[in-house]
Amino acid sequence: MIINRSQSAAWSRALLAAGMFAAAIVSSNSSAFAMKIQEITTKAGIKAWLVEEHAVPLVAMRFAFEGGSTQDAAGKEGTANFITGMMDEGAGDLESHAFQKRMEEIAMRMSFEDSKDFIYGSFETLTENRKAAVDLLKLVVNKPRFDADAIERIRTQLIAGLAYAKRDPNKVAGEHWFSTAFAGHPYGRPSNGTEESLKAIARADLETFRRNTFAKSNLRVVVVGDINAKDMSDMLDDVFGALPDKPALAPVAKVEAKPTTKLTVIDMPVPQSVAVFGGQSIGRHDKDFMPAYVLNHLLGGGGFASRLMEEVREKRGLAYSVYSYLQPFRATSVFLGGVATKNEEMAQSLDVIRTEFKRAVEAGPTQQELDNAKSYLTGSFALRFDTNAKIANQLLYFFTEDFGVDYVDRRNKEVDAVTLEDVKRAAKRVFANDLYVTVVGKPKGLATGG
Amino acid sequence: MPVFRNRMIELRSPLNALLLVGAFMFAQSLAALDVRAQERISQFKLANGMEVIVVPDRRAPVVTHMVWYKVGAADEQRGVSGIAHFLEHLMFKSTEKIPVGEFSKIVSRLGGNDNAFTSHDATAYFQRVAKDRLKTVMSMEADRMINLRLDEKEVLTERNVILEERRSRVENNPQAILDEQMSAALYKNHPYGVPVIGWMHEIAKLSRQNALDFYKEYYAPNNAVLVVAGDVTVEEVKTLAGETYGQIKANHEIKPRVRATEPEHRAPVRVELKDPRAGKTSVTRHYLVPSYTTATPGEAEALDLLMKIAAQGTTSRLYQSLVVDQKVASSASGYYSGGGMDSGKIGIGAVIADGQDVAKVEAAIDGVLAEIKANGVTAEELDRAKRAYLAEYIYETDNQATLARRYGWGAVLGRTVEQIDAWPRDISKVTLEQIKAAAQKHLDVRRSVTGVMIPVADGDQAAPKVQPAKRS
Repeated sequence: MIINRSQSAAWSRALLAAGMFAAAIVSSNSSAFAMKIQEITTKAGIKAWLVEEHAVPLVAMRFAFEGGSTQDAAGKEGTANFITGMMDEGAGDLESHAFQKRMEEIAMRMSFEDSKDFIYGSFETLTENRKAAVDLLKLVVNKPRFDADAIERIRTQLIAGLAYAKRDPNKVAGEHWFSTAFAGHPYGRPSNGTEESLKAIARADLETFRRNTFAKSNLRVVVVGDINAKDMSDMLDDVFGALPDKPALAPVAKVEAKPTTKLTVIDMPVPQSVAVFGGQSIGRHDKDFMPAYVLNHLLGGGGFASRLMEEVREKRGLAYSVYSYLQPFRATSVFLGGVATKNEEMAQSLDVIRTEFKRAVEAGPTQQELDNAKSYLTGSFALRFDTNAKIANQLLYFFTEDFGVDYVDRRNKEVDAVTLEDVKRAAKRVFANDLYVTVVGKPKGLATGG
Repeated sequence: MPVFRNRMIELRSPLNALLLVGAFMFAQSLAALDVRAQERISQFKLANGMEVIVVPDRRAPVVTHMVWYKVGAADEQRGVSGIAHFLEHLMFKSTEKIPVGEFSKIVSRLGGNDNAFTSHDATAYFQRVAKDRLKTVMSMEADRMINLRLDEKEVLTERNVILEERRSRVENNPQAILDEQMSAALYKNHPYGVPVIGWMHEIAKLSRQNALDFYKEYYAPNNAVLVVAGDVTVEEVKTLAGETYGQIKANHEIKPRVRATEPEHRAPVRVELKDPRAGKTSVTRHYLVPSYTTATPGEAEALDLLMKIAAQGTTSRLYQSLVVDQKVASSASGYYSGGGMDSGKIGIGAVIADGQDVAKVEAAIDGVLAEIKANGVTAEELDRAKRAYLAEYIYETDNQATLARRYGWGAVLGRTVEQIDAWPRDISKVTLEQIKAAAQKHLDVRRSVTGVMIPVADGDQAAPKVQPAKRS
């Protein structure tokens, strides 16, 4: 067993799994590295970005269909997540076991994930097996089998997963936060479903969801690796070309985080309480987003260089992990954070955090803090582009956030341009908003409500 | 929900053993890698005994810089469990040149990321930075190898952080509690039975002096391995290492790593944990087996392939039997962990399906293992498992940080680059007979611990209740 000094890697992974990673790290390129992004629309009309990298004999592809768990039918929450679990359970003539054996024989890597707004796909192949792997991916995208026994098997696993999630204080806190912040809106529904909703999902529901969501106009693809533009275009048309031109998505209304209480305590017999806190933020394309992002970095996004880490962990020893991040969605935008502290001291941790938010709004950071944050954010940008897989993940994030390929070159300039005034203005628009807190555990001395 | 944690870092191989497997599956990819990876991995020693490994990767102008100390939690004296990990945290405090808490902040201002980790056998510190910052982080890392300063109050504050870390990792997680109990039962004498993070009551008593003693005893250039991966040449690393780590004197008092060994294991052990927070009933079994460093030639590779075929993924024997055919479990998986210096471990586990019982699932697990012991695996299965491992190995060359970890870990265990690089060849040589023999010899229930997790009955306090909100 290996223990890391800080949990940043762990929660980054958790966020990635939730399709939220990119928001925690939003950003772009420094001129220090030369990465050529080709912007390509294929004959079939599929929009893709390509980075050729022939140093290793691999091809990595990431793609996203807009339309995630927001598209789950009422009473059938968890459908998007269910589909992602079914994608390697057989396609075309290959039933589950045969399909999975075939994947292993050609060493193809494929996985699917859902977020509130997207279904994400990840595909990797060795150059020499590309043809065979692409054939298999094409079957998955166009002809997943959704066999009855596979559906029941995955349903059982998803329901078992809920049983664990129900006792996991982090998951309980996160789900509760969204359910109250967005009550009555698709963002407030449990994206992994409930036991009842999972039991209500039938094969026809999976098929309908797939038909409505898997289309060309809402698809974004990034390919990185050992492949040229022509071959990539042909490959994408082969895999996705037969999909319908347009999806049939239910509209998702714009919404703001608005819980009815500022503090909820959920009783659970654990020695350490877990808190999720957050509130309304601003959109990814708002002119104050970048200043808010820089501010969040020095407040709670920058690990040991952040104020929350300094005040909660380094000075007071109240927690191992404390952080905050900005999370834009298609129809809203929030800032979120988390901390875990023993029951006796949770109230103190939250006081310290509230004080830091208040201080950030009232006084803002110092010029030195701002410079340090910008120095990290611009200097570390290249670290996100040192493997094919990371390049593909990062670019897909920019692509799905409706940025152009030029954003990679623009991004560091935007960080550099952020002034103290910008940050103070952004602070008032984001961190002055009400802070909504959900605590799970047996915290002492916390008054519920507010 | 996973029954198992991730595997420990395994001894996997690198870019340049590839010629050796030219005749193999993925011959084209392996050959392509070999042609393209023109620069080879280098290994040398500084005059003070510090080992250095350079892994070139020119794709982006960044480097991964790691220092591995050949010391971990299994080197702690009894009664001070957690001190290796505690010291790792305290290494971020101060030196004469670096003020308190500034280490990570300086790396951050340089546009870099840094972290550290502790295992039973190694403690490692690393930074990822733009290549022109390499010298700065090397100077800083060399500085704290000998100049660490610890203030009493800072030590006590950090101890609270570690107690919170233990609450997060273990106390709040029933599966982690069960795993800890199982390891303590599996190792009757060897320190792998003590958790890396330490026991709660012993962490609570760790002192500044404990940390300093451990630091003085083990932190020295001749007990460390430097790994630099990325956009850098061997000559550059030689120069920089000479100017930084090369200036530190060796400590000739460092003792060889000798740990207490296991007695003969004579009876299977059962551990049962009832916890209101356990989501579902599950069963886990651990077997004590050799690691890559303690096994006879080919044996660890056979165990690796055996467990791939028996228990990894949905195509495995275990998943197909328990989940797909018999439907007694909702999930089932297993692994071989062979990265330990003194011992390896096989783990197998299943989450029990509703309406089924533990005995039935255990019998199903035993059935799968008995079948392999009696009849071995098929040639088709072995071929597929080898392909999977070799492909995984090629995919991993995409990531310089992963490669840096592989070589660092191998070096800590005393392996040369050549030995680490031989892994694909050694995997390719494993025969059906070796797999069967490994199963017969090592899946010995007398050398096992079975852990059962039982959620307490419904209607207890486990179901979370939302308190009605009061306006205050």
